[in-house]
Amino acid sequence: MTGPLWQLFFEGVWVTVQLMIYSALLAGTVAFGIGMARTSRHKPVRFLAGVYVEFFRGTSALVLMFWLFFALPLLGWQLAGMWAGTLALGLSYGAYGSEVVRGAIQSVAPAQREAAIALSFSPWQRMRKVILPQAVPEMMPPFNNLLIELLKGTALASLLSIGELTFQAKLARLSTGESAQVYGIILVMYFVIAFVVTRVMRLLERRAKASIGQKPEKAGWFSRKLPVEELETQIAAAGGNR
Amino acid sequence: MNTWSWDYVGEIMPQLLHGLWITVQATIYGSLVSFALGLVWALALRSGNRWVTWPVSVVVEFIRNTPLLVQLFFLFFVLPSWGVTFGPLTTGVIGLGLHYSTYTAEVYRAGIDAVPAGQWEAATALSLPRRRTWTAVILPQAFRRVVPALGNYVIAMFKDTPMLSAITVTDMLFEANSIGATTFDYMEPITIVGVLFVVISYPTSLLLRVLERRLVR
Repeated sequence: MTGPLWQLFFEGVWVTVQLMIYSALLAGTVAFGIGMARTSRHKPVRFLAGVYVEFFRGTSALVLMFWLFFALPLLGWQLAGMWAGTLALGLSYGAYGSEVVRGAIQSVAPAQREAAIALSFSPWQRMRKVILPQAVPEMMPPFNNLLIELLKGTALASLLSIGELTFQAKLARLSTGESAQVYGIILVMYFVIAFVVTRVMRLLERRAKASIGQKPEKAGWFSRKLPVEELETQIAAAGGNR
Repeated sequence: MNTWSWDYVGEIMPQLLHGLWITVQATIYGSLVSFALGLVWALALRSGNRWVTWPVSVVVEFIRNTPLLVQLFFLFFVLPSWGVTFGPLTTGVIGLGLHYSTYTAEVYRAGIDAVPAGQWEAATALSLPRRRTWTAVILPQAFRRVVPALGNYVIAMFKDTPMLSAITVTDMLFEANSIGATTFDYMEPITIVGVLFVVISYPTSLLLRVLERRLVR
């Protein structure tokens, strides 16, 4: 591997990181918007938010990306590849994220909500000052997982010829013919980015939990906690041996 | 400006359904690979031998934290240069199975951990050999509990199969793209593919929820 090739890779890393950050911002906005809508008092709001989640969770992120890039222009909107990629990732992972937000909001003790009502907080104040501060720390580990899944998803954008890491790898492979080396190197690069993301998310989790006087969850040095907690709760609920 | 044409839909449907069949095959075989490999990882990680657990956990974490698409390219371009040649679909199945095995491993781990300690003790009291303890006592009880979680990963895998089109597997997305490339009208083919994914995965996830309530009461 020579200098120019490394330069190609690092440019790719930069685009990958940008794509991840833009998509994460969109996904975060969608996650909180839809997640709170799903806990709304109004049935139509809950229903529409539910339809959104089931549709975007039910379809394939890559197909959505292709639709935005190839089909949407036929309706008169031409999107640049970067935006088609960001939109597809943000809308898909936002749907997954909204489930995390909804679950965390619903896991806040009912007495907290009642206390806020007793203090005659408006619904908005209740959400902002009582519910969310206690719900957000709960969201950190699952958000970490989603962020890594999102990072893995950015590779899909290479199929729209956006010059992120996977696309740059393709260029490097075509020019050198060294597939094993090229793909080995970028897999390691993705792993390093994922590792950094996990560390940052752990830090955020620690700080968020410290602010409400909790300890963070235990996890290994480079491992993230997978969403099997649900499984563990199901299993605990099953109790004993059947 | 594009208008939706049902005639066009009728023309392309057979080709898309042919792609769907490939997609379904990839999902089924990929799932089987991930179920088997995941169990291997899970048992290796529980073996208690540091020389086994450490390398396995590094490999599992590495696969789990890097993109499936890149792993598919790796298998597709690198295996032949090592003298191993598979067809695109087989390569895709190996890639899907390997990637998702790192998730199913975690599911098995939780399932095995959830078998009550009394079961282990009872097996010891009956002086069952280690292997019998696993095959006759622990795994059967763990399996029943992990079915819904495994099912969710099968659905996730199904939604990832369009990536196989990047390594020339003629799945649904590949067919939709080739239709679009010849007619210059991507609207109907890609929309149908996207909707088909929802139409298949949503009812399946509802069925899984029912199954979950049945299995875990």
